[in-house]
Amino acid sequence: MYVEMKGICKKFGNYEAAKNISFDIEKGKLVALLGPSGSGKTTILRILAGLETQDEGDVIIEGKVINDIPASKRGIGFVFQNYALFRYMTVYDNIAFGLKVQKMSKEKVHERVMEMISLIGLCGLEKRYPDQLSGGQRQRVAFARAIAPNPQLLLLDEPFAAIDAKVRKELRSWLKEMIRKVGITSIFVTHDQEEAVEVADDIIIINEGNLEQMGTPSEIYKHPETPFVANFIGTSIVLSDLSGFKGFEEIEKGKKVIVRPEFVEAFKSDNKKFHDLIPAAEEGVIEKIEFRGSYLEVTLKVGDVRLVTNRSLERRSISVGEKMYVLLHRIYVFDEGTAQRYKNSLLKDVDIELM
Amino acid sequence: MKRSREKIVKWLLIGITVIFLLFMLVLPMVEVIYRALKDGLETYKTALTAKNTLSALRVTLIATVIALTVNTILGIIMAWQVTKFDFKGKNILSTLIDIPFSISPVIAGLAFIMTFGRSGWAKPVIDGINNALGTDIVLVFSVPAVVLATIFVTFPFISREIIPILHAQGRTEEEAAALMGASGMTIFRKVTFPHIKWGLVYGMILCTARAFGEFGAVYAVSKARGKTFTLPLEVDALYMSGTADSITQAFAVSSLLVGMAVIVLILKNIVEYRGKSKKSV
Ligand SMILES: Nc1ncnc2c1ncn2[C@@H]1O[C@H](COP(=O)(O)OP(=O)(O)OP(=O)(O)O)[C@@H](O)[C@H]1O
Ligand SMILES: [Mg+2]
Repeated sequence: MYVEMKGICKKFGNYEAAKNISFDIEKGKLVALLGPSGSGKTTILRILAGLETQDEGDVIIEGKVINDIPASKRGIGFVFQNYALFRYMTVYDNIAFGLKVQKMSKEKVHERVMEMISLIGLCGLEKRYPDQLSGGQRQRVAFARAIAPNPQLLLLDEPFAAIDAKVRKELRSWLKEMIRKVGITSIFVTHDQEEAVEVADDIIIINEGNLEQMGTPSEIYKHPETPFVANFIGTSIVLSDLSGFKGFEEIEKGKKVIVRPEFVEAFKSDNKKFHDLIPAAEEGVIEKIEFRGSYLEVTLKVGDVRLVTNRSLERRSISVGEKMYVLLHRIYVFDEGTAQRYKNSLLKDVDIELM
Repeated sequence: MKRSREKIVKWLLIGITVIFLLFMLVLPMVEVIYRALKDGLETYKTALTAKNTLSALRVTLIATVIALTVNTILGIIMAWQVTKFDFKGKNILSTLIDIPFSISPVIAGLAFIMTFGRSGWAKPVIDGINNALGTDIVLVFSVPAVVLATIFVTFPFISREIIPILHAQGRTEEEAAALMGASGMTIFRKVTFPHIKWGLVYGMILCTARAFGEFGAVYAVSKARGKTFTLPLEVDALYMSGTADSITQAFAVSSLLVGMAVIVLILKNIVEYRGKSKKSV
């Protein structure tokens, strides 16, 4: 166990920004801290780094409680949300700063800085100042500056927030690869679930200062433990009444139900593949079709309920107003803060994972 | 049609400004120089080398140099404090820094006398210190009093100049440096100082200009001509004695202050220019 937080609480005035946060992260893992804006992600990161002091709880690194060790002695690399590059220093001096502070010899500093510069692919730009760089280049310099002194732990606060969508994707895989290459335990903050799922080994979901769930992306996706997680991860529709839906008769009226597009299958009446499943399906009408780049997002009206499903572009074309069979094969039901998966009872013998 | 109207308005505004500056600033300055030299260079020289003038020049320079040094150090510390740390009473402190701007200098001077003078509450404290150290510090009607009054009226200049810069810059650069293990001093020298450098120099220039010219506060604590008078006080004394000669001398001494002001102005412009062109790096 490499990094551990135990019962961390932090108040700003009366506002509780972190409520009894506990988690541990194994050596070498890349972990995402995911949550909506204002949920306390930055606060947790800053407490870990020693830039903020917790009111209660322990920060433990390599088994040692480091509550009283100041930020400057923790040996943690930090990439700030706005990069915080030293404005009046060149790229070279920015990266060299942490090495010079360690009183490294000039040759060693030079060697390491040049190694870093070639690692981030900015050879030839070492004499530039931060405001002569593009956002993506600055991001890389911030990364190089943070890892140059060989920290044991790297914290990144929304490292891609200030970068446009396309470059963001590139940098994302770049960063993942870099972190693998350097082999350093890393935690990065994001409020973009796609980013978290794509990059992280583990995801920690934070909401209103609470740790909602920690797990691998697929665990979190498949077994959300709280309504918040189920709703936050993936695109979901929240329903309060499913009574009358075939296969879900046992669900009490008024219970909160969450349905994801992947839980819904819509097919034409002459579809051979799904023919046997028609008894378990409802009839619906296509209300809206939206093109989403690589698939169609189809909204169907079934009775009074609207359901959304994603449809591959490879399948037969459909049109608004068309009648379809709508099969709901799975749902989440929330009861007193716990999430339960329900399978359509008429599909008991069908392996829906294979569909 | 509209264009020509705009043009007229533009030139009208420029005209008003120029006329205003001419009558309010330039002509009076020229008048000072003219009056100073009216009776010839010889008289001018005599006026400048008079015992009282030299003494006043000395006091002014002492007060300015000390005020500048003290306020530079205090100004940096206060600005750093107010912008880089969170603590209770921070707002009160940053309001307190501005007091010299909002209070009349004469009142400041009088307050000094009330505090440190013969009947002031701090008098026994000073006496105690003098007894203990065997010194003879007097804090009213003395050069130290002039220095203190000057420090008081000029002290917000530097911190006020840097605080907005430090605010705008935020704290993250410092935090980044701290995380890499840099000490407070290194952080200040390498990270913070380059940001505030030109603002600091600019504040120092304003502080100097004000220290040279301060009248009210100094007037309240300085009563001995030839000993504790500063240049502005000397000018006033010469002018008030009312003979034709002394009035010419008053202008001669004034021309010194005008000369200093011009130098400061030029420096200020150079700094503003450098400060701007530096930003584009
Ligand atoms: N120094 C502070 N003083 C007072 N309140 C603060 C302070 N820092 C953070 N907060 C509050 O604590 C809560 C959590 O803030 P935090 O910065 O950790 O959120 P976040 O999850 O990083 O959000 P975002 O995604 O918008 O960056 C917010 O409601 C914020 O207003
Ligand atoms: Mg944040």
